[in-house]
Amino acid sequence: MTTPSTTSLAVARVARERRGAGLARAAGDRLGVVGCIAASVLLVIALAAAFAPVVAPYDPDYPDLLASLSGPSPAHLLGADALGRDILSRLIWGARITLAGPGLVILIATVVGTLLALLAAWRGGRIDTAISWLLDVLFAVPGIVFGLIAVAIWGPSLITVVCGLAIAYVPYVARVVRGAALRERNMPYVSAAWLQGQSATGITFTQILPNVQPIVVAQAVSSLGFAVIDLAAVSFLGLGVQPPTADLGLMVKSGFDSVLRGQPTEAIAAGTLIVLIVWCVTVIGDRLTSSARSMR
Amino acid sequence: MSLGAYLARRTGGLLLVLLVTSFLVFGLLYLAPGSPLAFILGPRGGTPEQIAAVTAQYHLNDPFFVRYVAWLGDLLRGDLGYSIVYRQDVSDLIAGRVGTTLALVSMAALIIAVVGISAGTLAALRGGWTDQLTSSIAAIGLSTPSFVIGVALISVFAVGLGWFPTFGSGSGGLDTLVHLALPALALSVASAAYLARITRASVLEERGREHVQTATVRGLAPGYIVRHHVLRNSLVPIVTVLGLTIATLIAGAVVVENVFALDGLGSLLVRAILQRDFAVVQAVILVLVVAFVLVNAVVDVLYTFIDPRIALGSRK
Amino acid sequence: MTDPLLRLDNVRAALRLRGGEQELLRGVSFTIGAGEALGLVGESGSGKSLTTRAITRMLDPAFRVTGDIAFEGASVPRMNAQALRRYRQRDVGMIFQDPRAHVNPVHRVGDFLTEALVRDRGVDRRDAERRAVELLDEVGVRTPEQRLRQYPHELSGGLLQRVMIASVLLAEPKLILADEPTTALDVTAQSDVMAILDEQRRARGLSLLFITHDLELAAACCDRLAVMYAGEIVEQGAHVYEAPRHPYTIELLGARPSIEHRVERLPVLRYDRAAHELLKAEAS
Ligand SMILES: Nc1ncnc2c1ncn2[C@@H]1O[C@H](COP(=O)(O)OP(=O)(O)OP(=O)(O)O)[C@@H](O)[C@H]1O
Ligand SMILES: [Mg+2]
Repeated sequence: MTTPSTTSLAVARVARERRGAGLARAAGDRLGVVGCIAASVLLVIALAAAFAPVVAPYDPDYPDLLASLSGPSPAHLLGADALGRDILSRLIWGARITLAGPGLVILIATVVGTLLALLAAWRGGRIDTAISWLLDVLFAVPGIVFGLIAVAIWGPSLITVVCGLAIAYVPYVARVVRGAALRERNMPYVSAAWLQGQSATGITFTQILPNVQPIVVAQAVSSLGFAVIDLAAVSFLGLGVQPPTADLGLMVKSGFDSVLRGQPTEAIAAGTLIVLIVWCVTVIGDRLTSSARSMR
Repeated sequence: MSLGAYLARRTGGLLLVLLVTSFLVFGLLYLAPGSPLAFILGPRGGTPEQIAAVTAQYHLNDPFFVRYVAWLGDLLRGDLGYSIVYRQDVSDLIAGRVGTTLALVSMAALIIAVVGISAGTLAALRGGWTDQLTSSIAAIGLSTPSFVIGVALISVFAVGLGWFPTFGSGSGGLDTLVHLALPALALSVASAAYLARITRASVLEERGREHVQTATVRGLAPGYIVRHHVLRNSLVPIVTVLGLTIATLIAGAVVVENVFALDGLGSLLVRAILQRDFAVVQAVILVLVVAFVLVNAVVDVLYTFIDPRIALGSRK
Repeated sequence: MTDPLLRLDNVRAALRLRGGEQELLRGVSFTIGAGEALGLVGESGSGKSLTTRAITRMLDPAFRVTGDIAFEGASVPRMNAQALRRYRQRDVGMIFQDPRAHVNPVHRVGDFLTEALVRDRGVDRRDAERRAVELLDEVGVRTPEQRLRQYPHELSGGLLQRVMIASVLLAEPKLILADEPTTALDVTAQSDVMAILDEQRRARGLSLLFITHDLELAAACCDRLAVMYAGEIVEQGAHVYEAPRHPYTIELLGARPSIEHRVERLPVLRYDRAAHELLKAEAS
């Protein structure tokens, strides 16, 4: 016998599977032409960065002093920096940190933000009020300031900045997810699961979480672009990644000094790569956001 | 809600947020590894007089909450502490630099408002080719960090063409304006791009409203309809974004001031962090947060003037 | 023969779609003389609102319009931008179904009433406000001075529709197009607003194109009726209400609920597109 509540649950499950199938079958539908281009470019950059030891033509730290501040040549395709290090190799290695650092920021922020949001949405009442208020206070501090505060306390390093920025991005994730979770919470399939005796935690993780997942992903990707910018900026200021590690923000900084000495290649290359990465991430985030909205 | 009651409630909320942030900023000192005294004095160590001065300034011999209250009391009296590095009152340090940051942020805000609103409106009304181009430029602008733009602007306009000075904030008046032109531009690009996007979407939505048809069928001039009925009605999202933007510009100035070596609050903050000048760090962060919160409060009040249907305080 | 005030001659409007065109107005012809009122009735989606949009040239650019619309002999489709604005300013006035949506919510009622006078007629603001107050008084709005300072959301629907009527009368047009002006109002406001519109138009000798679903109301305040079906006028004239000839009109009139007889079920219209096309083929 099929009770109304199991039907309702089945419907929810089918809807969810449709969404899943849609994701696998037609990423193209969700991303569009420009989104697919952006995704491919990003994939190429990410693969190159992941296999940097294999892909990079030189050791990023090897100083070829004779090539110092030379422009593009067959030996150094993008030239060499002030210390004679191969710029292309440093770009490839730098992309690693430029992708991994912000990736970690968003991962932490997304996990913490989603948990907070689900807790607020499910419990409601005073817990919701307290969490919402906490998020409001976090909102009152501009993102990059958290990174700077962390550095002020624990000193300049990548890990410090990542932790600081992760806190800054929690409210951005949590606000969106809380709204979505509140909407889902009032859906009939949730009451059905409730009537069947599932526990609150169970419902949250087996019913609500899968249904808000597209929104979580979209918000995470959109925030990633801003995190890349913030982290690169902190490194540029000399407060994040420390030399001699290759990092795109740092490369813009050292390239800036070279610009004043008449050799703009390093700054242009590193700046362009940052813009390209952020552009790809933002485009994908935009597409995912609008497709997550239209699924509702 | 009456204006008086609203202002009272709003101010109350504001004070509460400020109280909490001040507490957090004060508490930062105790998150640091090691004892506060060692942290503040840092690897420099300290002379007995310095140790005595720091102990007095942070009321280190009192229990935690007493320290906080005493610190807050000093703050309210305008005593922001004493900089160990500069050997100067922090309030004097800030007073000397706040002008540059204010000028930079105001100039950037002006550029953002003018460029963002006109580009967005143009894209929405012209459509087609203009729209495509504007949207593409906006997407790139949105993806470009301010320091990359700053470096590019210096390379091209200061080093390459020599039209603008490379560094510094000038000697006041017109000179300052020239010195701040490139930094303000660098600071404004991403926000202008974002505002253009929001404006475009909002104008497109408002242009399709029925009351715009009424205005058209009455034979009113197209330019007047755009200004008085379309743009005017798009103001709520535009002002929201503009307000948020200005609030974040204050933080963005930290980066841009460093690129252009301007002596504003931002470069003060970065130097203070590097030199572990903790009183300065606390004070600048407090100033940033207060400015951020105040701008948001002003925007909230502005809503009620922009849209008569929004009651005071009904919007979060 | 002198020109009528408005003449529609075989007006067709086709929506350009990806896979061809869809004709939504299929040869509409009628005239409205000076001081005359024409009632336009027909079921939902038959093209009544499209007709008013064609008359004011407010159709979306996606429509291809053919046939002629002449106002006092001048062809509306051929007007240049300046002539079109002048025609919209001085010759026609449009009253919409939903005043709440059709009045800008962020400006004061006074601004809505006077903007056309001040901007396009060179009337100074003080003067325009005085005239607006007079007119509000005439359309039965009490404390008009106070209303001018209020925002649209502070007025009831009936009151706002009177404001809309006053705004049209202020422009002193020759023809009023009223597209279901009372449908969005509650029942008591409906009859008041309709009475005011009828009275004012007669007093000023204005022509009226009155669109409604209420056949009796149309018959009561119009000189002639035109019945629309699927983008065509199937029957028009002074006789329509008393002595309909076209099968669709007969059915439409028969479908009205009556207070005199109680019926178990309201009749369903049997006339459909197939019958319509068959009838047309037979006639030609
Ligand atoms: N911009 C448009 N795009 C596509 N179709 C449209 C458009 N405007 C009108 N239509 C279609 O044209 C037909 C006639 O519409 P119209 O609004 O004139 O009907 P109506 O007679 O006024 O109906 P009602 O009594 O409901 O107001 C409808 O089928 C409608 O769906
Ligand atoms: Mg209609």
